[in-house]
Amino acid sequence: MSTAAVALRRPPVHLRHRRRVVNSVMLTLTLLCTIITVSALFLILGYLVWNGSRSLDWNFFTKLPLSPGETGGGMANAIVGSAKMVMLAAVIGVPIGFMAGVYTSEFGGATMGFLVRYTADLLNGVPSIVIGIFAWTLVVVPMKTFSAVAGGVALSLMVIPITMRSTEQFLQQVPLSLREGALALGASKWRTIATVVVPAARAGILTGIILGVARITGETAPLLFTALNNQFWSNGWNQPTASLPVMIYYRALSPYEDFHRQAWAAGLVLLTLVLIANIAARMILSRGAVASRG
Amino acid sequence: MATTAVNSASPGARSLLQRIRAGDEIAWLITLIFAAAIIGVTVLLVMELWIHSDPARSKFGFEFLKRSVWDPVTDEFGAMPFIYGTVVTSMLALLIAVPLGVGAAIFLSELAPPRVSNVFTFLVELLAAVPSVIFGLLAIFALVPLMRSYVQPFLIHTLGWLPLFKGPAYGVGVLTASVVLAIMIFPYIISISREALIQVPREQREAALALGATRWEATWDAVVPFARLGIMGSVFLSLARALGETMAVTMVIGNEPRIHASLLAPGYSIAAVIANEFREATGDTYLSALVELGLVLFVITIILNGMGRLLIVATTKPGTAR
Repeated sequence: MSTAAVALRRPPVHLRHRRRVVNSVMLTLTLLCTIITVSALFLILGYLVWNGSRSLDWNFFTKLPLSPGETGGGMANAIVGSAKMVMLAAVIGVPIGFMAGVYTSEFGGATMGFLVRYTADLLNGVPSIVIGIFAWTLVVVPMKTFSAVAGGVALSLMVIPITMRSTEQFLQQVPLSLREGALALGASKWRTIATVVVPAARAGILTGIILGVARITGETAPLLFTALNNQFWSNGWNQPTASLPVMIYYRALSPYEDFHRQAWAAGLVLLTLVLIANIAARMILSRGAVASRG
Repeated sequence: MATTAVNSASPGARSLLQRIRAGDEIAWLITLIFAAAIIGVTVLLVMELWIHSDPARSKFGFEFLKRSVWDPVTDEFGAMPFIYGTVVTSMLALLIAVPLGVGAAIFLSELAPPRVSNVFTFLVELLAAVPSVIFGLLAIFALVPLMRSYVQPFLIHTLGWLPLFKGPAYGVGVLTASVVLAIMIFPYIISISREALIQVPREQREAALALGATRWEATWDAVVPFARLGIMGSVFLSLARALGETMAVTMVIGNEPRIHASLLAPGYSIAAVIANEFREATGDTYLSALVELGLVLFVITIILNGMGRLLIVATTKPGTAR
């Protein structure tokens, strides 16, 4: 009797069956989506590692690029050029971003804090090629030459918002009790920030800076018409300067087999640098971005 | 202004002089200068784009957006082919990436064991860090041959009666650029959508399951609608990224400033034309036309970014711990 009553209330068998089928089909489909996306990404990276490692040799790090037709040579000037410009960008961008992050997290009022945050997001969303145009108008036009300075300035514009946002985010995660403790001991507000709040968040802030620097190391578009490119060493800061990403771009588009080989090698080196920086940043983060206890 | 900002967390009874001696005012002022510098730089960016695009703006006016001629020799410029190329490649990329990405996000947030989910998400997010020129490099040597010898002939053979898939298989072209873009925006869609899905309260799932829903019904009817704003936010942010993406697109889109009905034909995007021609552009009009294209791109991406962020903020608010 009771089983019959239950059976009456349950939907017909074919309907239940259909729901079960839909269930398993759709769940399998989502699994398939995951496999497709992830494997697509890994296939192409595997391809890069395969091609890159075949092309990479010691000369790549020590020699200058050769003219088309000659075999061998390297990209020593591009490696140094990239390092120069990324360093300049960090020297300009990190302090601005950090200080602004301290401002929005610790001092910013409702209006000004919102405004700064909003424009930083805006700046972060500006396409990198537009950043290139901006740096061109700022540096290349007055200096009348393509230069490492122009490239560095362009890249620094991309570091600023990244550093600011991460600094702000991690400062805000510092527990209020830490600040109150310092203030209760009679420390002034800036002393509290400088000796308690910032040190407590330093791992997180460092992570943000590493990620920002890693991001600009791979940027090509802002350098195309600010630093331009160079087949030779560039002395000082106001000459056209080679960089790894720009080299990859031109080498990949060239018709020469040996240039392609160079592009693969450069791609592998660049990718390794970027991924190491990212993994390092995440490892710092996983050990705790914010010290919860003094 | 100054005092209220500083006072918010410090004992209120100290006089201005004491606070200056303690250094709070100075620290406030210094950080404010740096913060204001960000606003200043951004305003300057807009101004520079505006000023340097002046010759083109005054010559063509709003017609610039609608014209489809691009001729440096006669100094006649129009943005239409580039706007078209940019919009079509980005939309197609979304068409490919959103279903796959959201599907993967559902799997990672709802079905996969937490450990697996975390490892996959870590890897996917790592891939977001891959520089775009590397995607371009891979696209030229891996994707273009693949498209030319397999995918495009297949499309022409089966769907060739549609004007969308007519014409020879070049390998490079609008479709190839879209596929590269789709691969590049997977990580954004997956990680942001997954974040939004994870934020959905447990009760939402449990209630649906308790009512007798299957796993899929609970996910699709109860969890996904709850997270839809966040998912849409991820779509907008990815769209903004795709529109502004330069290197990978430049390397495979074919670089031809003409509008073709076929997706297999070469095209051109705003970012690509700037990347290719800015260096060698001679003459005020030519250069300023390129800067104006940059301005157009800037405006489009800013609007999309703003919308994306608003949507994400709207969804993540309740669960966000400060």
